[in-house]
Amino acid sequence: MMKRISAMLLALGMVFVAALPVMAAIDVYEFESAEQEKAFRDLTITLRCPKCQNNNIADSNAELAKDMRQKAFDLLSEGKSEQDVIDYMIARYGNFVTYDPPMTMSTVILWAGPLLFVLIGFTVLVTRSRKNGEKQTTVKLKADEEQRLKSLLEEMEQQPNNNGKVK
Amino acid sequence: MNKKLLFVPLVLFLALAMVFMVQLTRNAGGDDPTKLESVLVGKPVPNFKLEDLVETGKLYEQDIFKGEPLLLNVWATWCPTCYAEHTYLNDLASKGVKIIGLNYKDERIKAVRWLNELGNPYIHSLFDGNGMLGMDLGVYGAPETFLIDAKGIVRYRHVGDVNERNWADTLEPMYQALLEEAKG
Repeated sequence: MMKRISAMLLALGMVFVAALPVMAAIDVYEFESAEQEKAFRDLTITLRCPKCQNNNIADSNAELAKDMRQKAFDLLSEGKSEQDVIDYMIARYGNFVTYDPPMTMSTVILWAGPLLFVLIGFTVLVTRSRKNGEKQTTVKLKADEEQRLKSLLEEMEQQPNNNGKVK
Repeated sequence: MNKKLLFVPLVLFLALAMVFMVQLTRNAGGDDPTKLESVLVGKPVPNFKLEDLVETGKLYEQDIFKGEPLLLNVWATWCPTCYAEHTYLNDLASKGVKIIGLNYKDERIKAVRWLNELGNPYIHSLFDGNGMLGMDLGVYGAPETFLIDAKGIVRYRHVGDVNERNWADTLEPMYQALLEEAKG
């Protein structure tokens, strides 16, 4: 009996040991309110990791991203707002750190670019279709073609078109 | 349709290929597009209170950066590039360049052993175990080296190892200029 219990305890112990590294990989944060938790979630997906560039700090496993998550949590716990945390990070890592950068001279292309693209495309379309239209109206027939057109038209007038078909 | 127009995609493709080629050759020459400009340039070294790496209890504050131009080198024993860089830092120190070391997110014992074995190029060694001064400095990897003027203002940030080439090309001229500035 004792043997069986100790074997079970050992097995249980093994399970915990095996689970340890998994637990260590997930940071646990205790939030005071649902709003705070939401703010933290929003922050970790909009803040960008300077080390693993093109990852946000929620996705990145870099040491730095871990520190930034911790700092974001600490600041929120101190009662700072979401914007305060973003400002804190921008003051250290620059506008690079946010996926939602402010509009400045160097970032204005992000907003103007797509608009310009559509505008240019539209202008090209309009000017090209206009040119084609002009072409159609200014087609000049050669003298012999003009003659042939005339004779065809006359022929059509002479034969009454009673069944609606073009002859 | 105009036959010439058919060449537009080809010309666009060639232009794009040229742009890529130019940037790739630049990357091969050491220009790393993942490098970030430091926001701290032109601003004073952030406030801090950190212990000496070796002597626990001995505290340093930002006034150690005032008086003369110096380098602030951020390093750690977990960083292989720092190892490669260390010999060159020793050379610089022996030439009279003042360097303050910031041991970043590291274990004290390992760091002290590292300095004992490889030599100590630093006039002061700060220990930043939780990386909070590193965060205030906007450090996103090690090694990083900051050029700080006599008034304690950050003037330049270099990401990656300091070696003979980038010291001669960029860092030394700036450091010399800061020395001149401090004299005059």
